[in-house]
Amino acid sequence: MKTCLVVDDSRVVRKVARRILESLDFEIIEAVDGADALTVCRGAMPDAVLLDWHMPMMDGLEFLKRLRQEPGGDEPAVVFCSAENKAARIREALDAGADEYIMKPFDGEIVVAKFGEAGLL
Amino acid sequence: MNGPDLDFLCALVRARSGLMLTGERGFFVETRLAPIARREGLASVSEVIEQVKQQPSGALARAVVEAMTVQETSFFRDRPAFGALAEVVLRALAADRPEGLRVWSAGCGQGQEAYSLAMAIDEAAPPLPPVEILASDISTAALEKAQSGVYTHFEVQRGLPIRRLLRHFDELEDAWRVSAALRQRVRWMRLNLIDPFQVDRGYDLILCRNVVSSFAPDARAATLERLEKAVAPGGRLMLGAGEPAPEGFEPVAGAPCVFGRRSEITLVNAA
Repeated sequence: MKTCLVVDDSRVVRKVARRILESLDFEIIEAVDGADALTVCRGAMPDAVLLDWHMPMMDGLEFLKRLRQEPGGDEPAVVFCSAENKAARIREALDAGADEYIMKPFDGEIVVAKFGEAGLL
Repeated sequence: MNGPDLDFLCALVRARSGLMLTGERGFFVETRLAPIARREGLASVSEVIEQVKQQPSGALARAVVEAMTVQETSFFRDRPAFGALAEVVLRALAADRPEGLRVWSAGCGQGQEAYSLAMAIDEAAPPLPPVEILASDISTAALEKAQSGVYTHFEVQRGLPIRRLLRHFDELEDAWRVSAALRQRVRWMRLNLIDPFQVDRGYDLILCRNVVSSFAPDARAATLERLEKAVAPGGRLMLGAGEPAPEGFEPVAGAPCVFGRRSEITLVNAA
């Protein structure tokens, strides 16, 4: 079973994402911000990361940059999931190493499509 | 909505567009006509139908029929089939037509198929010869949307990888718009596929996906026959996933959902 780390400071979003991803047979690990997520990744790299942008402590972009510098940190497919919908910001996320990008609000169908694009399904 | 109203409406839609409504017809009709009722300032869908009965040839009747025909779709629908389209099908056709190709998206809805084609052609490497894209639909509302090239955040996330979105779309305040370069590639035309139509010159590729399978049998047969005639010699016809090969056509190897005339394909295989 593949693992997906869901990183979002909103409990509601984590819950929705968990429900969708569990239906795709992912085992879910949750983190509430980038710092929390980095600790999880240092323990064991997940197969996928669903990543919010704006979070307290460490934001998604900062987490992504640090993740990609960790040993094995280029392995997880990272799908950003953010209300940042400006092209310039999306480009920034891709340049930092994101594989796909979901603009909020989203639904199950979009998650399936984007995880497919990232080669996760 | 009562039974007789629903039957009246289904008969009207079938006669005007060939479309045969099935399944949860009542729910479907309510969903599609509620916006029309609001726009016209009518209290209910039943009132819309009452008006249509009084003026069955009027503008409202036409809007009602057209509202039934538009389907939910996505960019690059049926990815495996679409994937082969530019690099396999158009590339092979281009070998015989270096001066350019003519492609027709028949029943284009809100334009996702035509723009997906334009994107695939734009990305083709090495470049293809010029490809003229015609896109037609029965629905003027769908065509207006298609021509504007404006799609919501939700719509652009149906089938489009993020890098394609950034490459081919410009951002608006709260939506995305297909780039001017791609919009210029497509010519839009209102056409009801069940009306007898003729083309001056054949099309090298016609896409008519997930359209005729929801038609009544007589309308389906007549439409397919006209489309087959509109395919240029050596040309291709692409249908939706699971739609059967038309009479006299057979599948093209390596290109899912794409068909060629049996006589021509056999000729190539024999050569």
